[in-house]
Amino acid sequence: MTRLMMTVNGELRAVEAPPMTRLLDVLRLYLGLTGTKEGCGEGECGACSVIVNGLLVNSCLIPVGQVAGATICTVEGLGTPEQMHPIQASFLKHGGAQCGICTPGMMMAAVHLLEREPHPSLVQIQEALAGNLCRCTGYQKIFDAVRLAYAAGGEE
Amino acid sequence: MRADATEYELVSPGTLDGVLALLAEAPGMWTPMAGGTELMVQFGAGRLRARRLVNIFGLAELGGISVGAETIRIGAGVTYTELRQSPVIQAELPLLARAASWTGSIANQNRGTLGGNLVNGSPAADSPPALLAYEAEVVLVSRAGGERRVPYAAFHTGYKRTVLAAEELVLAVEVPRRQWTHGYLRKVGARQAQAISKVALGAVARCVEGRVEEARLGLASVAEAPFRCVATETALAGKRLGPELVEEARAALEGEIAPLDDIRSTARYRRQVAGNLLEEFLRQIMAAEGGMNDGA
Ligand SMILES: Cc1cc2nc3c(=O)[nH]c(=O)nc-3n(C[C@H](O)[C@H](O)[C@H](O)COP(=O)(O)OP(=O)(O)OC[C@H]3O[C@@H](n4cnc5c(N)ncnc54)[C@H](O)[C@@H]3O)c2cc1C
Ligand code: FES
Ligand code: FES
Repeated sequence: MTRLMMTVNGELRAVEAPPMTRLLDVLRLYLGLTGTKEGCGEGECGACSVIVNGLLVNSCLIPVGQVAGATICTVEGLGTPEQMHPIQASFLKHGGAQCGICTPGMMMAAVHLLEREPHPSLVQIQEALAGNLCRCTGYQKIFDAVRLAYAAGGEE
Repeated sequence: MRADATEYELVSPGTLDGVLALLAEAPGMWTPMAGGTELMVQFGAGRLRARRLVNIFGLAELGGISVGAETIRIGAGVTYTELRQSPVIQAELPLLARAASWTGSIANQNRGTLGGNLVNGSPAADSPPALLAYEAEVVLVSRAGGERRVPYAAFHTGYKRTVLAAEELVLAVEVPRRQWTHGYLRKVGARQAQAISKVALGAVARCVEGRVEEARLGLASVAEAPFRCVATETALAGKRLGPELVEEARAALEGEIAPLDDIRSTARYRRQVAGNLLEEFLRQIMAAEGGMNDGA
């Protein structure tokens, strides 16, 4: 067992867990943050995407022992139903989610892109989301949601 | 079966000396973990045999890209994101920047390291063809032996086997700053994006007045480990560019590689494609040089 501290969505949290516990499991099982999903468990699908120290990562591939002291942002940290993050509002508006399993990871990858490039091209969006698989939407509506997240008033 | 985290140890000494001391204590007992994009996949699938892991991700001594008069030094812990975003890598080692940009997804690039790619030793990995072409050297370090250097072309000794000793870490990769007039990197896989290569070629050449002075060629997925094509380099050196040279070079290449049949492809297909890639490189040079000669 290791006891370590990390800042999750702005709050300092203490976790006691074996250091090889996947960050994904720490978030979901220890901290009750079940917004982060597990798809493949092997780095291929992006459902488990979170942002660690400003960088997008797959939380299924990170042992919690590697993120002691880190700052972590999960989908729960983006916004609330009353005060949505622009990407959340845009997914809602443009129909970017169907079953929703891929959606938290998609939004984290999108936020990681939008923080660097608020008005991305389609090619930039496709590259940024290439590690996030969706079996429902056919991607077009997700790309629209990302492209228009910071468009004036969210319109074309 | 999913792995049980309680059966594993992971320690973070936090300094290079601390890690090397641990590795030296009982060689083979501890396994370094950098970005974990290989090891954690094995862990997740319940296939990770190493039970004691020592964290090396983010170690300052393994980080950073520095430029000397004659070499560019890339820390083993440098990630693909750092590689592709580095202005000096983009300018002087563009094939490596390009390889980094197509290695997995952004999340993978933020975590996967150059050292991890080399030590993992997959014959299909994406950075080796560029490193072979650029004549990289690998710097290894241990507590007892200090630093030692190995040409990257001699680093791999077989399928997923390397010269790295159990008490050693890869510290850095050094690439000589040479002037090449032409470069080439292409990977052929099952699809355009994020596919494991069936064949990949990294190549550089220096050409003067329609003649190849020197060339360097690295292939992935045509042997048990990444492969530098020395016989073909020799066949190209000093020769005048033209259709005959293309044929000669193809023959030399086919003579020196012995690709395998596996689930991703057949030996015959790989031999053919490797030759096609080499031919494409030479024809690109001819087109560029031809244009230059016309103007001269
Ligand atoms: C979804 C996905 C997609 C991928 N796509 C690609 C791809 O397109 N191309 C490609 O080439 N690879 C790909 N990979 C494989 C992997 O990301 C790379 O090989 C990466 O470079 C591994 O680095 P790491 O730091 O994550 O390695 P780790 O998993 O930390 O370590 C790998 C091995 O190297 C050893 N090691 C690491 N650093 C050192 C060091 N400094 N000294 C000594 N030993 C060390 C470890 O002990 C271990 O044996 C992919 C992986 C995933 C999960
Ligand atoms: S669950 Fe982590 S990438 Fe699929
Ligand atoms: S909405 Fe179902 S997987 Fe994307």
